[in-house]
Amino acid sequence: MSENKNQTNFEINEVISQPYKYGFQTKVEKEKFPTGLSKEIIELLSEKRKEPAFLLEFRLKAYQKWLKLTSPTWANLKIAEINYDQITYYSIPKVKKKLNSLDEVDPEILDTFEKLGISLDEQKKLSNVAVDAVFDSVSIATTYKEKLAKAGVIFCSISEAIQFYPELVEKFLGSVVSSGDNFFASLNSAVFSDGSFCYIPKNVICPLELSTYFRINDKDSGQFERTLIIAEENSQVNYLEGCTAPQFSENQLHAAIVELIAFENARIKYSTVQNWYSGDSEGVGGIYNFVTKRGLCIGKNANISWTQVETGSSITWKYPSCLLVGEKSNGEFYSIALTNHYQQADTGTKMIHLGLKTRSKIISKGISCGHSKNSYRGLVKIGAKANYARNFSQCDSFLVGASSTASTYPYLDINNSTSIVEHEATISKISEEQLFYLMQRGIGIEQSLSLLINGFCKDVVTMLPMEFATEADKLLSLKLTGTVG
Amino acid sequence: MNQSTLLTIDNLQVSIESKCILKNFNLTIKQNETHVIMGPNGSGKSTLSKVLAGHPSYNVQDGAISFCNQNLIEMPPEIRSHEGLFLAFQYPIEIPGVTNYDFLRIAYNEKQKYLKKPELDPLSFMSLSQSLLNQLQIKNEFLNRNLNEGFSGGEKKRNEILQMLLLQPKLVILDEIDSGLDIDALKIICENIRTNLPANSSIVIITHYPKILTYFEPTFVHIMKEGKIIQTGDIKLVEYLEDKGYGYFS
Repeated sequence: MSENKNQTNFEINEVISQPYKYGFQTKVEKEKFPTGLSKEIIELLSEKRKEPAFLLEFRLKAYQKWLKLTSPTWANLKIAEINYDQITYYSIPKVKKKLNSLDEVDPEILDTFEKLGISLDEQKKLSNVAVDAVFDSVSIATTYKEKLAKAGVIFCSISEAIQFYPELVEKFLGSVVSSGDNFFASLNSAVFSDGSFCYIPKNVICPLELSTYFRINDKDSGQFERTLIIAEENSQVNYLEGCTAPQFSENQLHAAIVELIAFENARIKYSTVQNWYSGDSEGVGGIYNFVTKRGLCIGKNANISWTQVETGSSITWKYPSCLLVGEKSNGEFYSIALTNHYQQADTGTKMIHLGLKTRSKIISKGISCGHSKNSYRGLVKIGAKANYARNFSQCDSFLVGASSTASTYPYLDINNSTSIVEHEATISKISEEQLFYLMQRGIGIEQSLSLLINGFCKDVVTMLPMEFATEADKLLSLKLTGTVG
Repeated sequence: MNQSTLLTIDNLQVSIESKCILKNFNLTIKQNETHVIMGPNGSGKSTLSKVLAGHPSYNVQDGAISFCNQNLIEMPPEIRSHEGLFLAFQYPIEIPGVTNYDFLRIAYNEKQKYLKKPELDPLSFMSLSQSLLNQLQIKNEFLNRNLNEGFSGGEKKRNEILQMLLLQPKLVILDEIDSGLDIDALKIICENIRTNLPANSSIVIITHYPKILTYFEPTFVHIMKEGKIIQTGDIKLVEYLEDKGYGYFS
């Protein structure tokens, strides 16, 4: 007699429970501020960083705005109250002198990035990618600076940009996401410490892919990075950010801002592979990820494309958006959000059409496993003057876990009758018949599941640059398998 | 020839959602045999094939199945596949976003791995799969399409046989392989099955139509009704059946 009942459903839940590979912490001597936020802390921070006056003023204004704002509650997220007085707003690896070369970087930190698969050693790097590595709040190293400089491209940490290109920073910082935009944006504007800065001059096609890797290491530090990318007329750049963090039982706050500005005929392609620590299988710990990302297509035919693969964080609140001002400018958003265990993601985009004949395209793929909550939230707004604007949106959700949820919140705000807006949405459940078919051909359940999910996400993965598509595929599979390494 | 036993089904009882579908089901298949199973709709033929392949929805309540002297019921579906059991599905399912080529290569290499044989790199696999495509008279672009997605009924069936040739199974279950195929395609497929299976392998043909039997010489013909085999004979049984219908047998 054989009892087969417990196998009635493929044991998917066991399969999708995987350990987090990047959960180690690096021991590095730190200089940290006392916890909590005040005017004095901001002044101290600005002074430590030897910032110009305009920036201190920018920060203090943002702080004043932040005090008046409250944390948004409209998202489909359950968030435990965050005590902003217990967060350290500035934490940097102690360095005794200014670093001139990689040899002078703390080997522990270099080792950390090696472990993450990011070699900062240019000799060892074969791929055509320049990397800026941000460890807790500070940029550690930027590779290939010289090669980029030859093309006229500036790629450095935002701290360096503040020192060496203050006029550019002053002109563009906060021009897309104002310091009072929302609660988390104000907080970031008040205390941001590092991030990346890119400037692509007129008529230059950036010769390398640019990439920033963010690493939160400290237990009680918030990470507030700020990225600013400016693409002048007829220029092009591909940019990727990757994120990881150690495993702690406490939640950590990450509130970043990314601002993109594309002038006439410029193209910015911004890709994210987000793999912050997502908490354990019971939902303890993990990163709270509140990010404001926005791109401004100010010139004619400007083009901004966001691609994101969101697999980490216990909470994701993120809506990379495009302001389409220039005539015939184009915004794109391609997203994969995979949630597992008790992760919650409320993510999507805003496409604001203001200019004539502006176009936008949204492809969103949500995968919910375990007990997770996965929501797509997207706004398509067509302004009164945006004649002949077009949008196409497609939102597909895939339910893997029996107690997971998938929601779609599309908002349409159309003020122009010549525009065309299309929206398609599907929600499907993982099909036992598909799994069975693959398994009958000798493919184990883990690999079958990962094939199905990669297939589901294919439209978006193909939008990623070559180097990162492989990484995203691997990451998606990793999240779905018990075997790591 | 000394034929050893490939599959033994002993007193099998199977239900789905507490509804009993197979009861007291017995069948023995030796190497080099061709078994034909016919029976009215709902008699449990497809259930039998899915139970053998390890579909999780079916509840094996009683009985034993031995495949190559191993307990089949204990094996997960992919191990059954590696051990040489192949089910050509009646309705092959569509899998969006996964190319036929990737799927075939993974399936092939997983089996190689299981058998501790070397895996094939993408290029060598390409030449292997192309020679099979030629045999089955399928165009190369077949490999670049998503698995069964948008395939016609006939293409899906050809794809099943392509997979079969690739995996070289010991026991093939053809669940209505002849439905949805035109006469020419049926001929190509059946000839390939006969000539390209490994030595000593056996075939189970589940069908409603005697036409397919012109390509095979059945060792046994079984008539199935209400979850069990009610009559076993040779090819003559098919003639009776055509003459009298299932009602004649009880």
